[in-house]
Amino acid sequence: MPSGGARPIIQIDNVSKHFGDFQALKDVSLDVTLGERVVVCGPSGSGKSTLIRCINGLEQHQSGSIRVDGVTLDHSAGSLKSIKVKVGMVFQQFNLFPHLTVLENLVLGPTRARGMAKADARDLATRYLERVRIPEQANKYPANLSGGQQQRVAIARALCMEPSIMLFDEPTSALDPEMINEVLEVMTELATSGMTMICVTHETGFARRVADKMVFMDQGEIVEAADPDKFFTAPDSQRCRDFLDKILHH
Amino acid sequence: MNKFLVAAFASLLLAGCSGNWGWYVVNPMTDSGFLNLKFLLSGLYYTILLSVTAISFSIVFGLVIALPGLARNRYLRGINRFYVELVRAVPILVLILWVYYGMPQLAGLSIGVFWAGVIALALSDSAFEAEIFRAGIQSVDRGQYEAAHTISLNYADTMRFVILPQAIRRVLPALGNQLVYMLKMSSLVSVIGMQELTRKANELVVTEYRPLEVYTILVLEYLVLILIVSAGVRWLERRMQPDQRT
Repeated sequence: MPSGGARPIIQIDNVSKHFGDFQALKDVSLDVTLGERVVVCGPSGSGKSTLIRCINGLEQHQSGSIRVDGVTLDHSAGSLKSIKVKVGMVFQQFNLFPHLTVLENLVLGPTRARGMAKADARDLATRYLERVRIPEQANKYPANLSGGQQQRVAIARALCMEPSIMLFDEPTSALDPEMINEVLEVMTELATSGMTMICVTHETGFARRVADKMVFMDQGEIVEAADPDKFFTAPDSQRCRDFLDKILHH
Repeated sequence: MNKFLVAAFASLLLAGCSGNWGWYVVNPMTDSGFLNLKFLLSGLYYTILLSVTAISFSIVFGLVIALPGLARNRYLRGINRFYVELVRAVPILVLILWVYYGMPQLAGLSIGVFWAGVIALALSDSAFEAEIFRAGIQSVDRGQYEAAHTISLNYADTMRFVILPQAIRRVLPALGNQLVYMLKMSSLVSVIGMQELTRKANELVVTEYRPLEVYTILVLEYLVLILIVSAGVRWLERRMQPDQRT
């Protein structure tokens, strides 16, 4: 557990984001310290995905500021570039490259963006494939893997960039129930290793196990941010209580 | 397919026995017929060379034109639109005449028949290639760009390693179409004196006065050529379709 004096690695300050007339984020502020595991939940359309997509520049916020490891994200090419390499991301739909084998998916980033030699990148990729427990699938194409395996490849692909922060955007929502656990196990293992993580997920078991901080969002605002014990037993806001009722007793 | 060809050819020959056909002009058993046939087939070299050169240029050029068409900047998109609309509106024959007879006056340099043909065919085809590539690239899921973004690939690498390989696979049938189209359109370059299949046939007709037989051979020459190309494209499609489905 990070102490109160831990170094903030992500500082989100009064960030707002509009899509046309729709305001997806309303003055959102959130600090994440090094090694902290944050789980974000909330109803669909509440801005959770938009929030984490702003952190690595997949979406541009219109006001407020986002600092990642001391670099302010101002959408100049330079700041975006230096932030992208620090932040890994896993998507709901995996987004693996379908025309490349698993190994080629993993090696592409290290060789092209980090300038690694092919052989070194391959060693690195093999190590991470072992870590997500599918070294035997290295030469298959994504379409020949199960959803759970594909998502673990996606996690390995992100880890191959050796990021200091990992973002997870509903990583288990597109999976069949029996495959959710194999992905959560890998994520739990990653959390225990000290990775800074922000996970958008409704997996409450996972959240209770690994989260240092729970965040509840609704209608583009952070309604509640608390440690998991308080969050799951005695949240301050009625909206959060209603939401927890729905996901805990469905 | 082969059986079909043989049947078509045989029925033409049979028809020759009954009516106004005079196959002697291209009968390989006689000296003059053999020479005529050889003369006709010698056009294959330039037809193939011209088409392949032109389509190579037009694919590269089409891709270069397609990319600004996908930009967020509307002026870049405007350049793409302007080029496509302008070039697409000019008939190929007109473009061939313009490039061969007109352009030298404009630029003060003369170009040979071959390069005039290549330029005209490549220019005219590039507008269609550009639209094909744009459609192919647009069909690739947004998530692919986002994944490339998160592993820090720059624009060029994203296109080269992630987007284009998927886009090209999807537009391969359309590219095959264009290649067939190009082979046929190369016959138009005969009007400026290019020694390709059609030109050879025209010249033989003038000396032998047997348009029916000579042009029938010409039809068969294009037919065989294009069937071979179609088979090649289909082979390529199968080869480039490994286990990829998201």
